[in-house]
This record gives sequence, structure tokens and C-alpha cells, in this order.
Amino acid sequence: MTAALVLGAVLAALCVVFVSRPFLREPALASDADRLYAPDAAERRRLSLAEERDRALQALKELEFDHRTGKVSDEDYRAAIGPLRRQAAEALKALEG
Amino acid sequence: MPELGRAALVVCLGLTLYATVAGAIAAHERRRRLAVSAQNALVAAFGAAAVAAAVLVTALARHDFSFTYVADHTSRKLPTLYTLSAFWGGQEGSLLLWLFVLLAYSTAAVYFNRIAVREVIAWVVPTLGLVASFFALLLVAVASPFQTQAAPADGLGLNPSLQNPYMVIHPPMLYLGYVGLTVPFAFAMGALLSGRTDERWIVATRRWTLAAWTFLGIGQLLGSHWAYVEVGWGGYYAWDPVENAALMPWLAATAFLHSVMVQEKKGMMKVWNMLLVILAFCLSLFGTFLTRSGVINSIHSFTESSIGPWFLGFICLITAGSLAIVYWRLPLLRAKTKLESIVSREATFLYNNLLLVALCLTILWGVMYPLLTQAVRGESVTVGRPYYDFFLRVFGLPLLLLMGIGPLIAWRRASWSSIKRTLWIPAVAALVTGGVLILLGAGSSLPGLLAYSFSAFVLASIVLEFVRGTTARRAVAGGGYPTAFFDLVARNRRRYGGYVVHAAIVFLAIGIAGSSVYQTQYETGTKALQPGDSVTVAGYRYVYRGSTVRENVGNHRELRAAFDVYQGSSYLGRQTPGQNFYYREQQSSSEMSISTSWLTGEDRDVILGGVDKKTGGVFVKILIKPLINMIWLAGFVFVIGCVITLWPDAREDRRLAERYGETPALVQA
Repeated sequence: MTAALVLGAVLAALCVVFVSRPFLREPALASDADRLYAPDAAERRRLSLAEERDRALQALKELEFDHRTGKVSDEDYRAAIGPLRRQAAEALKALEG
Repeated sequence: MPELGRAALVVCLGLTLYATVAGAIAAHERRRRLAVSAQNALVAAFGAAAVAAAVLVTALARHDFSFTYVADHTSRKLPTLYTLSAFWGGQEGSLLLWLFVLLAYSTAAVYFNRIAVREVIAWVVPTLGLVASFFALLLVAVASPFQTQAAPADGLGLNPSLQNPYMVIHPPMLYLGYVGLTVPFAFAMGALLSGRTDERWIVATRRWTLAAWTFLGIGQLLGSHWAYVEVGWGGYYAWDPVENAALMPWLAATAFLHSVMVQEKKGMMKVWNMLLVILAFCLSLFGTFLTRSGVINSIHSFTESSIGPWFLGFICLITAGSLAIVYWRLPLLRAKTKLESIVSREATFLYNNLLLVALCLTILWGVMYPLLTQAVRGESVTVGRPYYDFFLRVFGLPLLLLMGIGPLIAWRRASWSSIKRTLWIPAVAALVTGGVLILLGAGSSLPGLLAYSFSAFVLASIVLEFVRGTTARRAVAGGGYPTAFFDLVARNRRRYGGYVVHAAIVFLAIGIAGSSVYQTQYETGTKALQPGDSVTVAGYRYVYRGSTVRENVGNHRELRAAFDVYQGSSYLGRQTPGQNFYYREQQSSSEMSISTSWLTGEDRDVILGGVDKKTGGVFVKILIKPLINMIWLAGFVFVIGCVITLWPDAREDRRLAERYGETPALVQA
């Protein structure tokens, strides 16, 4: 029983050390350096535009593939390709601007 | 040793509570070191849970009956494999397995995403910590596997139904599924709490969700096969509440896996996806509650216990809390685009989701209704097979058909002329199949006929997708057809892996339809069969030759009845159904005899109902189940499809890293 309790205490001590590790490694830190990363408004907008761009490019790829496999007729393809290209171009422009 | 187990659980509880509280403070106040410390607490909690699990495994292996749990669930004569699998044979061990698997998932999910989604992870840690704290608290305060007693000479043994190889693997698989659904839930909460509701959390949890869904699917099939070969009633799924408990989160997760694609492609259904993730997780908790609380009297009632109120309280807390968070963040979840047409790929995903959720909620109502009736009116009501079968047909058959239509329809908008051009081959396949089946005399069951016709439709559409895709790929990239085929699948793993999973579902539907609506059954009446008697079932002649008893076969006694089986004048072999009597457990189990035709997928099952002690005759049930083996084949195909879908895609990973501008590493784990 004593051995088991000693083992339990060792386990607890190891856990405490491991959990305290970030504070032991960097004991004194300015509050700015201790800040958790979070994207600012500009970064959030960039992320949103990057998703828009990828969505538009993906949609173009899908349309091309669906056209080649016969799921989209020539007529439907011609009607859809223009707006999708515009959308992709706008997303790219917004991202670069 | 039990003291070490108890100490490890107490340490684990302390660490998970710390991860919850410190993690929440760190995320709220954006304190980096504290956030990393909370992450470390989760990892350390995994270590502590591993120590507790190791103590229990050691006690089981050493037959240490001073552990009440070991004495209650094993005996000296129990084979080693089942002795070790008794880890999850009882309530306390199962809860420990839940905790261990949860912390393993948590450690891995946090480790692999610590750089990619830093701000989300800060909230994921306290969410995972909260769930882990609940299970650790149960293990410390309510249902400890480390309770001790004066050691008896031998244990009580394990329920004979659990002494089956499937029971070694089925519960861990289910738990990997149930528990795995915590990861997407925690990331969804992390996304909401951090305000980062773009698609990053979905990208981060895609494989985790799929893995959990795969395990849950495999676990259910293994459980079905166990029920089929071991329980001895000739079926594989009884709509038992505990079986339903695993099916419901699987259905909700299936809906999520489909609707999440609409969010990725179109930025729509954000609120719906959040609700599905919450539903799937709450149903996984509810499933554990049903299995472990003993609230429902079923075949699984051997796990009855008093942890029910704790579980119910926790489920209510999680449901209310997560819905409140969704409501709070509704402004961030508004879609920027709308459904352009009701005839489009995204629309078929929407219909698929509505049907899946409707089926899921119908099953939930079937499970809940008896409980509510008992609680409110004090009456015992059973919701039986006809209810579930009815709704399976109402929602399942359209779902099956949609599985064939959806992939053939273009995103955004599809014209009728395109639809007609792409659907005609599958439609012809369905009509021909239906016609042939009617000519063969299989038109007696409309649901069966529809299931086979729709299955033909879906299989044709899948083949068509592969053929057209390969041809298109070859036209672009050149090379031979095999190269184009592998290239096509490698570049679109989710899509084509998904089609393979669809094929598995079709096989499942064929197996279920064949073995249920086209099954033939014979049951002995009041007069037992005597040696030399014969019966004919679906063209097979069964001749009873007599029975034998063998004592001390391992830890049980075996009774076997011998039947010679003939088809016309051809001798097909001998089937020996029986019953085992387990000495230590003082319980019997039915040992059904199954003869499989690998060519037709048919099983001939013989179940020994009992022996007439006066005459020595036997009562039997004989079942001829066409195509039942398609169900088990579906399991293998399902795994192949899931592996293809889960296989890492370096090209996709690079694209996502570029999109999210991720560079190592502001957070050090």
C-alpha cells in the first residue's frame, strides 16, 4: 500500500511539473509576450477572402470537370462559366488589393 | 495496487478540472503560458488515465479478486482473452475506457492542431477538459473500478454472451466512435467561443469526424455480427434501444459529413452544421447513458447501474450550454450565399440531410417514448419492430435513391436536359432489375423490389461516375486507363472514397432486404423432432440424427444436435446447433449453426430451441436468409472507402496551409 501511495505521489508530482512547465521555462515575461495569438480584423478579412477565392476556383474546377464528364451541357456550361470566372477574378483582386 | 489506481484517477480529475478552468481563463484573457499549461494538463491527464487503465489490466491478468470489479466480471477458468476484455465488460471499466480514449483523442487532436488553429484550440482545451472531468468525476466518486473487498476464491465470471471474439473488439470500436465525436464538438465550440467561425475548424476536424464515424460504423457491424452468431435468435439487428443508441449518432454524423461539404463549397448551412455536431455528440452521450444507466431493460441490461441521473444532468447541461453558445453567435453564422436551385448538388445534400435527421429523430422518439410513458403515466410501453421498419422504409428508400441521384447532378444548378442525359443509364438499370425480379417471382414485397431497383440505380451511377471520371482524366492528362483511374481517385479522395462507401451502403441495403423480406422460416411446433425425422425448408431437407452432450469443454458444457442437410439428392453437409452451459456463471447460451454459401451469399441457420427431456427430441428453428452475407461484405467495402477518404493528401494540405497563412509556431506545446 505504501509503495502504491508513493507511486501515486510521484505521478502527481510529475504532472504538476509538466503542467507548470510553460511558467518554469519562461518565469518572467512581459504581458505582451504572454498574449495568445488571435487574428486582427485585417487578418480575419484576409482569411475570409482566401476562402472566397478558393471556393470560386474550386467551383470553376468542378464546372470544368462536370462539363467534361457530361453532367453539365454545353449550354449550361456557357451560362455558368462567365459569372464564376468573374467571381474568382473579384476574389483574387480583393485578396491582392 | 488499487490505491495507485485510485490515486491516478484523482490526479486525472484534478488535471482535467485544471484544463477546464485554467484553459477557459487563458482563452478568455488570452494568456499564452496559461493556455499551454492547460494543454499540458490534458496530456498529463492522459498519462494518469493510462496508469489507472494499466492497474486494472494488471489486476485482471493476475485474477486479483480483491478488486470487486475483477471478481464480479471474471473467473479463474475464463480464457485470458475474455479476462482482459472484461475491462469493458462492466460499467466501471467501460467508463474508464471512455475516459482513456477521450484523453487519447484529446491529446492527439490538440497536438496535431496546436499550431494550425491556435485561437480555436485555446477554447477546445477547456471543452475537452469539461467532458473528461465529468467522466473522471464519475470514476472517482460514483463508479470506481478500484473498489476492494476480501478476495473470494473465485470470481463470478463473465456473461456468456460476452465470451465471444466479437465482444473483444466491438465495444472498443464503438467507444472509439462515440468518444471520437467529442473532437468535432469541441472544435465547433472552440470556433464559436473564439469567434473564428470560418471553415478552419471544419478543415481541422474533417478527418477526426470521419475516423469517429468509421469506427462507429464498423463497431455497429461487428455488434450486428455478434448478435447474429452469438445471441442465437437468427437476426442481426433487433432495434434494441442500445443498438439504436449507436445508430443515432452515426446517422447525425452522416448528415454532418454531407452538409459540411455544402459549407465548404458554398459557405452555406453554418448553423445547421453546428446543430448537427451538437446533436451527434449529445446522442453519443445519450448512447452511453442508455447502455450504462440501465434505464432500458434490454439484452444489454446486465450493465444496469445508478449513474443515470449524473448522465442525464450532464447531457442537459451540454445541450443547453452548446445551444446557448450557438444562439449567441448566430450573427457570425449567417450564410453569404443562397441556394440557387432546388435541382442542384447542394439541394440533394439538403434533402439527404433532412431524411437522415428525420430518420434519426424518429428512432430517438421510438427510444424515448417508452421512457417518457413510464415516467409520466407509469405504464410500460414497447415500441416494436413494425414502427422502426415502417420509418426505415419511408426515409431509407428515398435516401438510397438520392445516393444515386446526388453525385450525377451538378453543383449550383442543373438543367432538366443534363439530368435526363446523366440519369438515363442508372434509370434503365433500375427498371431492368425491377422487371427481372418480378419475372423471377420476387415481386411479392414492394419495399424489397424498390430496395433492389434503387440499389441497381445507385450502383450504376457509381460505376458511371468512375468511368466518366477516368475518361475525362485521361483526356486531360493522357496515359492509360489504369493510370487515369488511380490519378482520378488520388486527386479526389473524398469524392471517390465516398462513392466506395456509397457502394457499401448499397450492399448493406441488398443484404438487409434479402435477409428480411425474402427470408424463409420454419419452427418446430409442439411436437419435438425425433432422430430420423426430417423437415423441408425453402427446398433444403433437414434430417435430425440425434444429440450429444460433452462435459468440461473449457469452462462450459456443450449440447449439440446433428442435422444432415440435403438439396434434392445432393448432400450439403452437417449442421450442429446447440447450447452451452457455463458452470461458473450458471447461465446458458444458444449456439446457432450457420452454413454459408459464398456463391449466393445465402445463410442456412439452425437454432436449437430446447430438448424434450421425455423423448430426447429437439425443438428447432430453421432460417434461410438470402444475401445476408452482403451485409458483412458491406463492412469490408465500407472500410476500404473510409481508408481512401481518410488517406492524407499532401497537395490539399499545402493548399490549406497557404490559404490560412499558417507558419510555425506561436504556441509551444
